[in-house]
Amino acid sequence: MRLRILTERLTTGWIVAISVTVMLLTAVVAAALVHRSLPIVEGHSLGALLGGSEWRPLEGKFGFRPFIVGTVWVTVLAMALAVPVCLLAAIYLAEYARDATRAIVRPLLDVLAGIPSVVHGLFGVLLLVPLVSDHLAPWAARHLACLPGATPQQGYSTGYCLLTGAIVLAMMVAPVIISIADEVLRGVPVAMREASLAVGATRWETVKHVSVRFAAPGLVASVVLGFSRAFGETMAVLMVVGNVAMSPKSLFDPAYPLPALIANNYGEMMSIPLYDSALLLAALILMVTVLAFNLLAQGVLVVARRRAAQ
Amino acid sequence: MPHISVRNLTVAYDGQAILSDVSMDIPDRQITAVVGPSGCGKTTFLRCMNRLIDMTNGARVTGQVLIDGEDILAPDADLISLRKKMGLLSQKPQALPMSIYDNVAYGPRLHGLRDRKQLDALVERYLRMSSIWEEVKDRLHTPASRLSVGQQQRLCLSRGLAVEPEVLLCDEPTASLDPVSAQRIEQRFTELKQDYSIVLVTHILRQARRLADYIVFFYMGELVEHGPADQLLNDPRDDRTKAYLSGTIS
Ligand SMILES: Nc1ncnc2c1ncn2[C@@H]1O[C@H](COP(=O)(O)OP(=O)(O)OP(=O)(O)O)[C@@H](O)[C@H]1O
Ligand SMILES: [Mg+2]
Repeated sequence: MRLRILTERLTTGWIVAISVTVMLLTAVVAAALVHRSLPIVEGHSLGALLGGSEWRPLEGKFGFRPFIVGTVWVTVLAMALAVPVCLLAAIYLAEYARDATRAIVRPLLDVLAGIPSVVHGLFGVLLLVPLVSDHLAPWAARHLACLPGATPQQGYSTGYCLLTGAIVLAMMVAPVIISIADEVLRGVPVAMREASLAVGATRWETVKHVSVRFAAPGLVASVVLGFSRAFGETMAVLMVVGNVAMSPKSLFDPAYPLPALIANNYGEMMSIPLYDSALLLAALILMVTVLAFNLLAQGVLVVARRRAAQ
Repeated sequence: MPHISVRNLTVAYDGQAILSDVSMDIPDRQITAVVGPSGCGKTTFLRCMNRLIDMTNGARVTGQVLIDGEDILAPDADLISLRKKMGLLSQKPQALPMSIYDNVAYGPRLHGLRDRKQLDALVERYLRMSSIWEEVKDRLHTPASRLSVGQQQRLCLSRGLAVEPEVLLCDEPTASLDPVSAQRIEQRFTELKQDYSIVLVTHILRQARRLADYIVFFYMGELVEHGPADQLLNDPRDDRTKAYLSGTIS
């Protein structure tokens, strides 16, 4: 008996210790980033750094605005493309598809989710970039002239742009979101669906009023997970987004998200004063953004849970 | 009042017959009790009558269920109006993920009722009909999932009644109720049969004795015997029915 209690205490101790270590790791990373980015923050005001739109390290001008704007746009656009499609696909898989269909699609999703991001990037370069520059951009120039944000600036685009980046990113997060959302919807009790069908609801009405409602917190979580991944995704986006340090004004403008900035430049031209510190500040900004987003998402999740309980 | 007649109904799960060749007519405006040992196919039989069996993967249904001469097992049957007509109270009560009020109003809203006053009146009427109104009238807008199992059972009855079905299919509706609520529900059934045909699955022979006008006895997927309650209970023909009634098989 004493031995069992001892084991219980030891195990609990271990688990707590490990959890605390993992949490500490986050704090250590944050502390290191803060420490290393202090030099640049001391020389420049934070307002000028975050709000400034000029990036000329050689002249000592470090404006992060284009990168922040680029990051936000690529992510938001990718999610706008991915979320509706993914949720509908998950609803189809969980509620409409036959078992045989599911048995084929689910493993395919896992394969898709496992494709390395550099491969997605190559796909983007080889297929999407020409598609955007040769077809989408000219089409938008002809038909969407009334929407300045949706037309290429000079009537043409290289294809290395915000839109391409967002499409590649959407393709990358899609399998993850679909897979989780499908699992979540599958968790809706069969009896609950049947209760709805039994009073004469159609399938779609049952999905809308019962399944999605019951599964709402999980669906929110699946989207949040997708977002978190999209924010930090580096390689694939970097390969197709153009990497020009300007705030994009249109879908067909190049952008330069923070992860791409860091990946492209860290380790090079380190002799420029403060350059290294600036890049670490970029990393810190990225981390804070993702953290803030996750906190916000947690809030949404709590609200969704509370709603679903009603 | 629709007339239900079952012709050569056979159901197989993954090739294994669960109901074999069931043929019978369900008497109108009466309570038909379906009895038989656990696993003999009673629930499956009910689920054929509103085509909820479609939801079960691997179930193969053949034969006919004719409602006023129309075969509801036909692939092109109108499931929405069928299910509206055949109210099903399932074996395990299942509240929908919404308030008590919305649970009852769910069906009527889908079928087009929007008027708030009418909905209020309807919700009250059907909650009263299943003897739960007094318990929930002060918390109509709280989640139905917080009700006790017995209360959920009665709520589900209200939800089923609220779409004004013509036939009630009840799968052990008193299984999770205390004796008093069970008695109240039984009382309701005897009143409801003025307007509905009721098919009542039950494990409790005494309940069948109390309520049923007509009894159907299933044994291992086979329709062994069916007939007026008096005759079947007092003068069963088949040995298996005799054994079941005397409690030697269950
Ligand atoms: N989804 C399913 N897949 C395979 N077999 C099933 C399925 N549902 C039910 N069965 C089988 O069909 C048979 C009849 O089941 P059914 O639920 O109709 O019995 P029942 O008479 O309602 O029993 P009980 O009184 O215990 O509720 C059982 O042997 C059961 O194992
Ligand atoms: Mg049953």
